[in-house]
Amino acid sequence: MEHRIGVFVCHCGSNIAGVVDVKRVAEELADYPGVAFSTDYTYMCSDPGQNLVKEAIKEHKLTGVVVSACSPTLHEATFRRAGVGADLNPYMVEIANIREQCSWVHMEDKPRATEKAIKIIKTMIEKVKQDEALDPIAVPVTKRALVVGGGVAGIQAALDIANAGHEVILVEKEASIGGHMAQLSETFPTLDCSQCILTPKMVDAAQHPRIKLMTYCEIEDVAGYVGNFKVKIRKKAAYVNRDVCTGCGLCSEKCPAKTDSEFEEGLAKRKAIYTPFPQAVPNKPVLDAEHCLYMQSGKCGICAKICPVDAVDYEQKDEFVDEEVGAIVVATGYDLYPMINIGEYGGGKIKDVVTSLQFERLLSASGPTSGVVRRPSDGEIPKEVVFLTCVGSRDPEHHKAYCSKICCMYLTKHAMLYKHNQHDGQAYLFYMDVRTGGKGYEEFYQRAAEEDDVLYIRGKVSKLYEEDGKVMVWGVDTLTGQKVEIAADMVVLGLAMVPNAAALELAKKLKIQVNEWGFLSEAHPKLRPVESLAPGFYLAGAAQGPKDIPDAVAQASGAAAKVASLFAEKEYHREPIIAFVDEDDCAGCRVCVSVCPYDAAEFDEERKVAHIQEAICEGCGACIAACPSGSVTQKNLTDDQLFKMVTAALED
Amino acid sequence: MKIPYYPGCTLHERALDFDKASRECARALDIELEELDIWTCCGAVFPLTTDSVMDILAGVRNLAYAARLGDKVVTLCSFCYNVLKRTNKVMREDPEKREKANLFLKADTEAREKIESYLKEDYVGQVDVLHYIEMLRDVVGFDKIRERVKVDLSGLKVAPYYGCMLLRPKNEMEFDDHEQPTIFEDFLEAIGCEVVDFPMKTECCGGFQVVREEDTAVACSQNVVNSAARRDADIIITTCPLCRYNLDVLQKQMEKNVSGFRKLPVVYFTQLLGIALGIDEEYLDFSDNYVDPRPLLAEKSLV
Amino acid sequence: MRLKLSSEVVKGDLVERVEELSGQNLSACYQCGRCSAGCPVVEEMDIVPSEVIRLLQLGQVEPTLESETIWICASCLQCASRCPRGVEFSSICDALRAIVLRKRLGGTVVDADEVTRTMVSDAPQMGVVGALRKLNG
Repeated sequence: MEHRIGVFVCHCGSNIAGVVDVKRVAEELADYPGVAFSTDYTYMCSDPGQNLVKEAIKEHKLTGVVVSACSPTLHEATFRRAGVGADLNPYMVEIANIREQCSWVHMEDKPRATEKAIKIIKTMIEKVKQDEALDPIAVPVTKRALVVGGGVAGIQAALDIANAGHEVILVEKEASIGGHMAQLSETFPTLDCSQCILTPKMVDAAQHPRIKLMTYCEIEDVAGYVGNFKVKIRKKAAYVNRDVCTGCGLCSEKCPAKTDSEFEEGLAKRKAIYTPFPQAVPNKPVLDAEHCLYMQSGKCGICAKICPVDAVDYEQKDEFVDEEVGAIVVATGYDLYPMINIGEYGGGKIKDVVTSLQFERLLSASGPTSGVVRRPSDGEIPKEVVFLTCVGSRDPEHHKAYCSKICCMYLTKHAMLYKHNQHDGQAYLFYMDVRTGGKGYEEFYQRAAEEDDVLYIRGKVSKLYEEDGKVMVWGVDTLTGQKVEIAADMVVLGLAMVPNAAALELAKKLKIQVNEWGFLSEAHPKLRPVESLAPGFYLAGAAQGPKDIPDAVAQASGAAAKVASLFAEKEYHREPIIAFVDEDDCAGCRVCVSVCPYDAAEFDEERKVAHIQEAICEGCGACIAACPSGSVTQKNLTDDQLFKMVTAALED
Repeated sequence: MKIPYYPGCTLHERALDFDKASRECARALDIELEELDIWTCCGAVFPLTTDSVMDILAGVRNLAYAARLGDKVVTLCSFCYNVLKRTNKVMREDPEKREKANLFLKADTEAREKIESYLKEDYVGQVDVLHYIEMLRDVVGFDKIRERVKVDLSGLKVAPYYGCMLLRPKNEMEFDDHEQPTIFEDFLEAIGCEVVDFPMKTECCGGFQVVREEDTAVACSQNVVNSAARRDADIIITTCPLCRYNLDVLQKQMEKNVSGFRKLPVVYFTQLLGIALGIDEEYLDFSDNYVDPRPLLAEKSLV
Repeated sequence: MRLKLSSEVVKGDLVERVEELSGQNLSACYQCGRCSAGCPVVEEMDIVPSEVIRLLQLGQVEPTLESETIWICASCLQCASRCPRGVEFSSICDALRAIVLRKRLGGTVVDADEVTRTMVSDAPQMGVVGALRKLNG
């Protein structure tokens, strides 16, 4: 067939033209075999630029296009669309990167940069000559969503997707939804009662006709691909038939076994059969076998005897439920960096050094001390309370390099609430920088200092130790250059936010990326904050990075909108530049099956050849590289194309 | 079994009490500490400037001497341990300094005359530096020590003082957790004492600043002794002659500074080990102690 | 007093020498003050450790060379151990002392003659060796 390739050389202002002689490039390539049209233009990605491409395609009956400009990650889609606009198959449009891979790295050597640009474009011309017209692969979409994590972000995402008209399965590993927000006393900067604003959403989620709430469940396995996920969910044995249970609470009341309450952060006890907190949704207990007398030693059994509806079932086993969904929102939330990692602050052994979540429970009216701040050691009301920011955060040398974003604000809140609680108490807050970036946050901080007399001391505390029932604080005031010592009654640590412990395992199961700190990776840090690079996976809340409640909720709604737009089409279209097997050459060795990270390669037992499932293959190339017989290649990147490209690059 | 032993200048002279007790304890645990046939002062402090090769030569030389006797060298003094271990790391990881140091040492004709095998091979970090307590834990085993204990120390409340040089910098010393170490606590449990944890166990005694200005060291050491006293300790153990001096002898000044100051005897950990193992009293010399531990030990029927 | 800053002042030769000799990146310090908070001898110092670094960041090396601080440091390494940015103030101190001693600028050094009889006769010699090496070169 006669090749009629169009070459468009972009100036990109001076980004390319300042280094590469773009006019000369366009001129030289006009004579290259197969090129029917060659020109240069200042900004190819602009509307006139795109129109230039469309018109040239029509006027010169182009069979392929090479736009020589910036990286394809930026505008490949733009120019493919332009191709479609002129009835040219989009996969006959290629980008030659002469900016990031040429002009931007060879600014000192313009003549050679120009030569290199010409070579780069020649390789892409050779590629286009053998490109096939391809069609995106259409896959059906199951219009049901899975939300993993029932904290405020998960709840919000579930509600928004359900309100958009789609079914949602909301899976939460604890016995109740609510997450950490349910543990908070009041939220900054409005000092709203946390549970008062959260529980309506929790109830909505539980009662919504399109939300299937699965608490005390975990994700066991996920297979499939966007639009077509097969999820196996483990319903953990609660030893209570929660469908029959009426939530009367008699079992918990009579249960004799006690252990530390996770909800109360270890400051109070709960029973072995328990609901985590009074406003739990669902308000149905679960039985913690590890601490249950009957399950451990066969003694007791009171809960089973006393239950009026016979809901207790000691024989209950974990159950597995299979569900099909089209999109998965991961909203697994955060944990606090454990105190044991910080030896100089006592390593968790000093009773009156508490975590921020523990302090929330002390402040909470429904907490272990009924809202009166008391020392865990002796129950006395503290008069001198010290709050420490940046405990584990901003410490690349020993702990976490990042800032946890919310601690300045919540410790300010803590100090303020403590002062409201104890007017004659003294609150000190040690900081390095006070970060108050949200709406109303700076005013909140000023209020704490001016109206509530919280003393802000700029310095990082070196050591905490116990002496005579006090916690001695060795700090510093860098603003006056003095070491400072406080004999505190209580110290509250603003510990770093870390991803929920279970999330890393889950990320592996889902095959989605996390960053070096274990936070879920967004597709683009600026422009695609609510989705993973893996299609079909969306991110919401602190699982993606430290953030406050408004940001978590906003992100959840954003993720829900993405899910809704995925579900808005009948079909989902996938890139067709994927691997395929030449079955005549395939020897049936199955190496491709073993290396595929997406389980897209499968072995056909009858015909004894490998087969790549179009709908799953991501085009990563692992099988192509691994195949010993060379029978697996990639569409529009065949070995022959590559040889021709290399030849063009090595000419002269 | 024999292990090469580097006493260091102070154990050789001013801290003979430490040296004596340690050797005898080792013997009682079937280890012969084989003192290096030739050695010099290690230099006491490790230089923190980046261009120091001359400053670490003493350490390298001693390690090179030790290399002739085996692949390990044991030491007792915290400062020697710190200098030798950090010097060893330089020799293992910094090719430029390693080359320079070996060059300088090879030029030492006197040493070459005295010791035939001196630096036939470059010193490249082939020796492991061990602290005596690490030897007790890893070569002997705390369980074996527990079995050999002859004297009941259960009434004695002992505060283990770590000081600085054993623990810091943590990624070079790799000795124990640098904020909440437990090796000496484990040792004390093995010999049957009551362990007293106290907050100042890893804080500085003042170190060599005692030479410039005694009051500086008094303030630092007072903080440490006070902290142990407030936790009801009977006695403090240490593994450094300078710490022992500062914590013990300076109590003379602490008594003057603080009315009602509670004095605490400070002994070397091997002296306590020796008491536990029932070694002969001739190896337990407390004549250099300002705060005499003998009345306390007598009171607890330990001597 | 107004501090006049310029790139010559802030990136002066002496500042660069301090960085080179100490092996520390002064810009990494974000002035949290933890070094000062944990220093066992800070109460005697005229300029606290974090302030020494601040002065160096501002190119003001002379006041640090003239301070008593650098002679009071016991090289206990607690500052370096706890610094969240991995800045070793102890090494910076050593470097400042080295500059004073090598250039013979004078300061609160320990003179071998001044070491008291008591120290020589009673104290463990490692103390005298250490003090003279750190404080006298």
